Amino acid sequence: MPRTFTPKVVTANALLEGDVVYLTEDDRWTRNLSEAELITDEAIAEVRLLDASRRQSEIVGAYLVDMVAGDNGPEPTHFREDFRRTGPSNYFHGKQVEDLSRT
Amino acid sequence: MYRYNDFDTAFLAERNAQFRAQVARRIDGSLTEDEFRPLRLMNGLYLQLHAYMLRVAIPYGTLRSAQMRQLAMIADKWDKGYGHFTTRQNIQYNWPKLPDVPDILDALAEVELHAIQTSGNTIRNVTADHFAGAAADEIADPRPVAELLRQWSTDHPEFQFLPRKFKFAVTGSPNDRAVTRAHDIGVRMIRNAAGEPGYEVLVGGGLGRTPMIGKVIRDFLPKEDLLPYMEAIVSVYNTLGRRDNKYKARIKITVHENGIDTMREKVEARFAEIRPLFTGVDQQMLAGIEAQFAPPAFRNAPVTAYDEARKADPVFRAWADTNLALHRAEGYAIVTVSLKKHGDTPGDATSDQMRLLADLAEKYGHDELRISHEQNVILPHVHRSDLPAIHAALKAADLATANVGLISDIIACPGMDYCALATARSIPVAQEIAQRFEDLKLEHDIGPLKLKISGCINACGHHHVGHIGILGLDRAGVENYQITLGGDGTEEASLGERTGPGFAYDEITDAIERIVRAYLDLREDEDETFLMAYRRVGADPFKAALYPEDKAAKKEKAEAHA
Repeated sequence: MPRTFTPKVVTANALLEGDVVYLTEDDRWTRNLSEAELITDEAIAEVRLLDASRRQSEIVGAYLVDMVAGDNGPEPTHFREDFRRTGPSNYFHGKQVEDLSRT
Repeated sequence: MYRYNDFDTAFLAERNAQFRAQVARRIDGSLTEDEFRPLRLMNGLYLQLHAYMLRVAIPYGTLRSAQMRQLAMIADKWDKGYGHFTTRQNIQYNWPKLPDVPDILDALAEVELHAIQTSGNTIRNVTADHFAGAAADEIADPRPVAELLRQWSTDHPEFQFLPRKFKFAVTGSPNDRAVTRAHDIGVRMIRNAAGEPGYEVLVGGGLGRTPMIGKVIRDFLPKEDLLPYMEAIVSVYNTLGRRDNKYKARIKITVHENGIDTMREKVEARFAEIRPLFTGVDQQMLAGIEAQFAPPAFRNAPVTAYDEARKADPVFRAWADTNLALHRAEGYAIVTVSLKKHGDTPGDATSDQMRLLADLAEKYGHDELRISHEQNVILPHVHRSDLPAIHAALKAADLATANVGLISDIIACPGMDYCALATARSIPVAQEIAQRFEDLKLEHDIGPLKLKISGCINACGHHHVGHIGILGLDRAGVENYQITLGGDGTEEASLGERTGPGFAYDEITDAIERIVRAYLDLREDEDETFLMAYRRVGADPFKAALYPEDKAAKKEKAEAHA
């Protein structure tokens, strides 16, 4: 039996601000994980990452990250990604306070 | 204090102009990230979990009030109104934006600060005893030596691409407050039998994934041989150090694999080659630097105000008992300002707090401030009669926590709240432990206890040399915290030993409390510190307190076999 593929999201940090961004289905970078494209096919995920990585003037360090489908879009499977989408736990800074609608 | 000369100023202006152009080329797309990354790292700019992070060097932890004010200004103008002081006596800004960084570097240059060689495989910020020039037990001020090493190592053409990063620490006191034994090179200022000043040189110490205590490579190095000998060590490491595996690339592994005797032979051979090239200019420069570190003009005045405040105010007395250290000058004290208020982030200071500390240094402290590797701020030269006024001002700014050297004076790395390398969080663990012991009102009973937390195996939080060390790991996608006991970063340095299986995020504070209660139960008297007790009884009583189930299971097993 082939191994099951955990769905993926393409994520990176924005070049200018350095904050966390996710790739949407229509090729935008969003600050809001719920708008990210959840990729369920391994081959497609690799191509999406390759294309995203070439957008050097927008982002830094694109990679594929495991996510699962939730009620409100993709949900992290690991605590590191949970912190990335929220911000630090010692101050109310970062994504948890920022306007996530800007792209 | 050392002041920049024309050469320093011009050098920094040129570097900043270069980096400004590099940032512009990255933003306009002429540089890829792969091309830009080494350039930004050379200038202290990291990309972390949520944002860029700028690490600014504070050479040997010494600041003037004007520099502290500028750090506060930068925090307000380009960051979120605070800064994080680190275990290398640096300050980190957690939220700068890439286009602003050239302006930040220019603002730093205005006060003779920079971020050069705070990253990369270079010689990093040289650290020193934070009580330098003030401590009663000091043989000599280590900062001129540290400054000479800084000037020699900054942009040294041979040492810009070492196998791995390289860290120096210098102490001028037999009581080692600079953790010299856990550095790539530790320099201890000593005197030989004839009373001549020189250095004991330690090499190959380090923490991280393979912790090692430094070994003596030269037990007495004459003062004038310092730079050629340092150059010989780094040069031997540069050729001998491994570049095939980054986890085996630090000099501690080079020393371990080749042996200290082989290392010494090679260093001495190289030293013999290069010694003649040092014509004495370095010693002239050192003499010039030493003159700039002349002690301030201490005043002779009564300390009645201090004595009266001690009698009248128990809060002041508790703070004075905990946060003051012996000064070499009569009537003076060294004040450690704790950045470890219970429940707050260890090492963080707001811009307002930075400005207040600058004001206090200017008004009462000969314009000097220090950052300790223990992530506190020090006013090194304070007359005791000024202490009540200082304490009142600190109290108003939430800076009068009386916990220096106690269990809540925790070293913690940024951990997974900020750091891209972290495997678990450190800060909230530190916050919870500090708050727990504050709630229990126990820490003054416990006495001296160094608790240090790292959020990954790289050990920025120095957990290996904590009396109690905590290492945060990722175990199957869950935060897990391993405990080590019995570490020590002083002249009697030792590495902590692991107690056994780790604890979950919501179990670690209870686990630490069990260790501490076991200590309180077994200590001979109040004068036996945690470390002394551990050295007397070993790990077993603490393991029994940590893992009561194991003990119960063993007992059951023993009874079944009886």
